[in-house]
Amino acid sequence: MTEPSPRPSIPASEAIRFEHVSVRFGGVLALDDVSFSVGQGEVHCLAGENGSGKSTLIKVIAGVYQALPGVRTDYFGESVAAPTPQLARRKGVAVIWQDLALFPEMTVAENIAFDGLVGGLRLVNYHAIRETARAALAKLGVELDLSAPLKSLPISGRQLVAIARALASDAKLVFMDEPTASLTQTETDRLLSVVRTLSSTGVAVVFVSHRLAEVLDVSSRVTVLRDGRLVGVFDAEGMTQSRLTELMTGKQFDHAVTARDVGDAPIVLETSGLTRQGEYSDVNLTVRAGEVVGLIGLIGAGRTELAHTLFGMSRANSGSVQLSGSAVAFTSNREAIAAGIGYVSEDRLALGLVQPQSIADNIVVTTLKQISDADGLISVAKKSAAVAKGIGEFAIKIGQPGDAVSTLSGGNQQRVVLAKWLATAPKLLILDCPTVGVDVGARDGIYKIVRGLAERGIAILMISDEVHEVYFHSDRILHMAGGRIVAEYDPRRISIAELERAVYA
Amino acid sequence: MSTITERLRRALGSDVLGLLGLFVITVIAFGLTTPHFLSVGNFESIGFQLPDLGLLTLAMLAPIVSGGINLAVIATANLSGLTLAWILNMNGGPQAGVVPFVIGVVAALAVGGASGAAMGAVIAYFGAHPILASLAMMIFLKGLGEFLTRGGDISGFPAFLGQLGHGVVLGVPVPMLVFTVAAILWHVMLARTRHGFSVGMIGSNPRASEYSGIPVKRSLTLIYTISGVMCAIAGILMLTEFNSVRVGHGEALLLVTVLACFLGGVDPNGGFGRVAPVFVSLLILQTLSSGLNLLGANQHLSTAVWGLFLIAVMVFRFASSARLRGLFKTVGK
Repeated sequence: MTEPSPRPSIPASEAIRFEHVSVRFGGVLALDDVSFSVGQGEVHCLAGENGSGKSTLIKVIAGVYQALPGVRTDYFGESVAAPTPQLARRKGVAVIWQDLALFPEMTVAENIAFDGLVGGLRLVNYHAIRETARAALAKLGVELDLSAPLKSLPISGRQLVAIARALASDAKLVFMDEPTASLTQTETDRLLSVVRTLSSTGVAVVFVSHRLAEVLDVSSRVTVLRDGRLVGVFDAEGMTQSRLTELMTGKQFDHAVTARDVGDAPIVLETSGLTRQGEYSDVNLTVRAGEVVGLIGLIGAGRTELAHTLFGMSRANSGSVQLSGSAVAFTSNREAIAAGIGYVSEDRLALGLVQPQSIADNIVVTTLKQISDADGLISVAKKSAAVAKGIGEFAIKIGQPGDAVSTLSGGNQQRVVLAKWLATAPKLLILDCPTVGVDVGARDGIYKIVRGLAERGIAILMISDEVHEVYFHSDRILHMAGGRIVAEYDPRRISIAELERAVYA
Repeated sequence: MSTITERLRRALGSDVLGLLGLFVITVIAFGLTTPHFLSVGNFESIGFQLPDLGLLTLAMLAPIVSGGINLAVIATANLSGLTLAWILNMNGGPQAGVVPFVIGVVAALAVGGASGAAMGAVIAYFGAHPILASLAMMIFLKGLGEFLTRGGDISGFPAFLGQLGHGVVLGVPVPMLVFTVAAILWHVMLARTRHGFSVGMIGSNPRASEYSGIPVKRSLTLIYTISGVMCAIAGILMLTEFNSVRVGHGEALLLVTVLACFLGGVDPNGGFGRVAPVFVSLLILQTLSSGLNLLGANQHLSTAVWGLFLIAVMVFRFASSARLRGLFKTVGK
């Protein structure tokens, strides 16, 4: 692969310039001689996988961590010897973490004006609070109900409140950690227009993410980190997500359409006219044995709701479901599992795995009967054999099978989920956003596993909100919007750009 | 030496080993300072006193592992005991034979199981908070018992019951035998059955368990039912020991059962808890109490010492786990 010419172009006046940043934790060098600069009013991307040092770098800039000696730190052209959190904030650096750190029970106005409120014994002036909040929102060019409690706002609204809060304390440089992770396309667009407004008033914004395709448009430069080192600073123009992925992982991925024809393999799942009031309506779909069907749609399209019905966790109002030719109407997901359906939830933390329990127990949880002896007791030997099989088959990288599953990386956790479902010998696997929270570099492994499962004859319904995912990794694509399946595509007969337009239009 | 400790550690778990060490220290300390402590009589009296608290603690343990709690253990034991007493009195009181006793035991177990099932169903199917549901059940059972007995004692049971409550087989008190068998069954139930596996999973995350196909509601109802049956066994044993039944008997033990669980390393947030360390914790608590008793201390003082001891153990556990977390922090980031 040819390196694009790194372009360390220096904007007219700089917001920050950090050079030779190294940070050591115990024996680990978390950052190794990294330099980073952002121009005033610039929109910049800081890209890297989990563990690449992005968060560490931000914390150095925000004054939370101290870099090793030899570092040079400038804030707005002024050299600072040892930044502290207070000093960084006074200089105008604000960080909006992914969890936003707001107060759900307080109003929008109180959240925005919060930093001016704390400390001191002055009485709270509610008029001043509203004025501060109104001024900050005006700078963003958005309108929100100032007296609404924060918890009544969607995530995207809360994010705007967090930005306004930064502006209310005179931020000149705002870091946004994974800002688009939980936004729909429309909400992302609104966020980007707010960022443009900020940039035009001289406030610099740094997006910190491993998913940057949607913010490249508004950015001017991209800084890429890998394993604590600087890969380079690149022009955002002409940068693509796949190029970025290669830079972040140092690996090349073959982005080729993997769709195949399954011919007239037996139909495993067929729904007709499936409707559940307020969630989805008139859903007709088929998935054949060995086929990977991608179900693409934005958040709120009814995808997960449909999956819940297929998995027996909710009931349709009308329509029918046929599994391998016989009509089914499950009253619980245990019936669905017994009939040969597995469901990989999009929420691995809360629903996919029992996080504090061991890797071993999470693998065998779906097959307790198989690992029991005739006397009804769980057989230690059968259990460890089943665990070893799952770990081996999916090449799960673990310490001990008895370790909590929460100690694994996202990719390995997802392998545990897949292992526990494969153990049930399913006919149909429903994958709901299978690579959410999985590092870019580990995603290919998951896709290969999914392909392998399909080749064994398992029918796979892969739900996703990422066009890339369904385009490159499914045999057929169904597009869901507003609770209906609105179109069907063959990835071999459509370009990814066309598909993106169709889905995000 | 190191291989022996290593093998023991693997067989019992480091938590059990630590507690066993504590138990040995307690025994040696009292043995050196207290006359008659290291006597057959003293250990026999421990064997008679431990089982009530022990059985009630087992009844408390399983719901805590499921992520809940059963505050009605004493009330359930009392009402089950009352059931047995009532059936014995209906059949001649002191002259009652073995058949009414067996019927009474079955009825007592049924009452215990039924009150547990009712509580479990309210928790599992109506989503009631276990503290509130079991508190309500406790008040209900207690009120019912007081109404039926008018607050008094019921006594006058056949003499063979005393042989159960005070008998010794091969040098081991009968109640201790009952408790040991119950503890072994409880261990098998929690550690080796599908039901026990499910209870641990549910205790950590009921929703994720349900998504994996575990029958969450059924398992929860069942675990409270079995807990109720265990309470009934405790109630029957108490009847044979004291030769009387009274509502409110053993009420002071309620919170001690909770603390004995935590002393035995049961996770207060649910999901994790083993019988073996809890068993050893109970030995320690009862030894402390007997030793203090022999030293001539007031019985209430021994309750206070239990409290202090438990606080010390919590602080020690927290400090050691905080040190571990600190270690991970430096390496992990």
